[in-house]
Amino acid sequence: MNTMNSTVTSNTETTEAHAVPVQDERPAETIIQEGVTVGSPYADDPKFKLRDVEVFYGESRAIKKISLDIARNEVIAFIGPSGCGKSTFLRCLNRMNDSIDICSVKGELMLDDQNIYDPKRDVVELRARVGMVFQKPNPFPKSIYDNVAYGPRIHGLANRKSDLDDIVEDSLRKAGLWNEVKDRLAATATGMSGGQQQRLCIARAIAVSPEVILMDEPCSALDPIATAKVEELIAEMSESYTIVIVTHSMQQAARVSNRTAYFHLGHLVEVNETDKVFTSPDHELTESYITGRFG
Amino acid sequence: MTDQRSQAEIVRQSLKRRYRKERRFRLYGMTAIAIALLSLVVLFTDIIGKGYTGFIKTTMTLEVVLDGEQMYLDDASDKDQMSMADFQAPIITALQKHFPEVEERKDLRELSRLAGSYASNQIKDLLARQPELLGTTQTMEFLVHDTVSVYVKHADNPAYSIRLSEQQQRWVDELVEKGVVDTGFNDVFFSRGDSREPSNAGILGAIVGSLLTMVVTLVIAFPVGVAAAVYLEEFAPQNKFTDFIEVNINNLAAVPSIIFGLLGLAVFIGVFGLPRSVPVLGGLVLALMTLPTIIISSRAAIKSVPPSIREAAEGIGASKMQVVLHHVVPLAMPGMMTGSIIGMAQALGETAPLLLIGMVAFIVEIPDGFFSSATVLPVQIYLWASSAEQGFVELASAGIMILLSFMITMNALAIWLRKRLERRW
Repeated sequence: MNTMNSTVTSNTETTEAHAVPVQDERPAETIIQEGVTVGSPYADDPKFKLRDVEVFYGESRAIKKISLDIARNEVIAFIGPSGCGKSTFLRCLNRMNDSIDICSVKGELMLDDQNIYDPKRDVVELRARVGMVFQKPNPFPKSIYDNVAYGPRIHGLANRKSDLDDIVEDSLRKAGLWNEVKDRLAATATGMSGGQQQRLCIARAIAVSPEVILMDEPCSALDPIATAKVEELIAEMSESYTIVIVTHSMQQAARVSNRTAYFHLGHLVEVNETDKVFTSPDHELTESYITGRFG
Repeated sequence: MTDQRSQAEIVRQSLKRRYRKERRFRLYGMTAIAIALLSLVVLFTDIIGKGYTGFIKTTMTLEVVLDGEQMYLDDASDKDQMSMADFQAPIITALQKHFPEVEERKDLRELSRLAGSYASNQIKDLLARQPELLGTTQTMEFLVHDTVSVYVKHADNPAYSIRLSEQQQRWVDELVEKGVVDTGFNDVFFSRGDSREPSNAGILGAIVGSLLTMVVTLVIAFPVGVAAAVYLEEFAPQNKFTDFIEVNINNLAAVPSIIFGLLGLAVFIGVFGLPRSVPVLGGLVLALMTLPTIIISSRAAIKSVPPSIREAAEGIGASKMQVVLHHVVPLAMPGMMTGSIIGMAQALGETAPLLLIGMVAFIVEIPDGFFSSATVLPVQIYLWASSAEQGFVELASAGIMILLSFMITMNALAIWLRKRLERRW
């Protein structure tokens, strides 16, 4: 019995050691200054202008005074350890946090010089402009056609059936899915493979012709081949859309993004050109993270 | 090494113990299921054993001479004469033909009691329809008296013969041998309302009453229940007041059904002045009783819709209303319907609240609308089960079989709907 007990204890120790991310001599808090981001967080004529953004879940502060510009038609990747607030921050950009009662957002969040959190702002219109792709592929349990057509239908973007058909075809082509599904548009979407489902979700997002696409770890549930396809797609889409992508895979960030933002415990630590972040980061924490010393 | 071996030993011993525990646990489970199954088998054998005779009717076929002189009737189209005429006489004569030795007045009366009490009405109805048949001889099929029917159906059981005199038993035996008295499928049971005479009583009135009541219940409880569930789940703010409502709904689900009957009596009859014992009233009361069940199961169904679907719809800019109507409600519908059907099955078997609002009345006519007096299946069974005549016992059991088959159908429908409409994501 003794031996068994000791095994259990040692197990717990390992888990704890795993949960504490910092192996640096200095605790992480001391080397981050609140509201200060190293690198180049600002841009000229940005799509999103975000200043001193704070997000609260009840009493706890999940995002601490983040300021960032997101340029037009750039692909920006948010990286950082689990629980660092990158998804929370992403969801502020199209107010997906609204449905969480205890969540409140402070600061200045502008999309094309319009306040996102203006109480008079119509969130439906905002989301039509800022689309979102989620971590887990979440097609509606309807046909492939209806999945893509849903957005245009509710926004009244197509008056005739033929217009709608065009939008669906165009979106599926852009998502690189047309050739695979053109013969079975009436088939149910949930019968597709995970990778196809995720590309369908991307097609669904671009069907309402948004200006920005937010992607919350879009490849974390996909195998490498499907991931490669989605990444290819992101590269193609970057010509016409502004893309914000949250990812856990640093290789992915390195492959698809122009700029990379490193988040840590609710702070935005560093924003730089992707090449720079992965070769010579300005901040020690970024370096520790990308070299795999924690995460 | 020794340490390791002893550890393996400990593990092995504990394994043995664990397996024993597991076996014991499985045994408990199997015993419980076996007891449940056994009770079910006993219940069904008892009901079917008692009730199958309810689906059999006993008739006697007689050559009836429609002799006007005997019936004190010379014009069958004359209503006054018809109401005074003696239609029992031809039946006695016809029976007497089989037993010419019976002459005494007392014996004749006993003989005449073999035919059902509605036999004379049958002759009256025939003559009312076709007055020209007066004076002819007709071969007619009459229902036998309840006591005879029970005696014939349970020929091997002396307990069922006590209501007939020995003389009557002899006559019946002889008539059965001659083929005059015969048994057949009880179409009467399925085509008539209640009656004071068991062999003449049917369940159709109760079935129609139950259906009408259920329609009212469904039409009220389903939309209101689903709407309440959707509102509470999707739109209502989370505060003390909604908590209070939630607690109350859960409490209502546990309130004894007779309380709902009292409520119906006080509010629907007392305040709104609805007529008693009508399907509308029963439906309203049962709807109130079923609402908590429907609300609770609908809320569970709505909760089980994955949040990813909501997010997907919100992410492309669907409004709250669109998210709910286009995605949440359709996906929750199978669960909602299952809950509602189970609630309806519960309502179908409910007796207590209906007793209080007068649906326990003796009603012969088959109800023809939501506002005509009616009774329902469980109440009909209750009425028959509490009647003295032996014939009603088998009718009660037969009624239970009908009720059970309705419930099994409804539950099967619920399962089928769930399987059919369930979508995977």
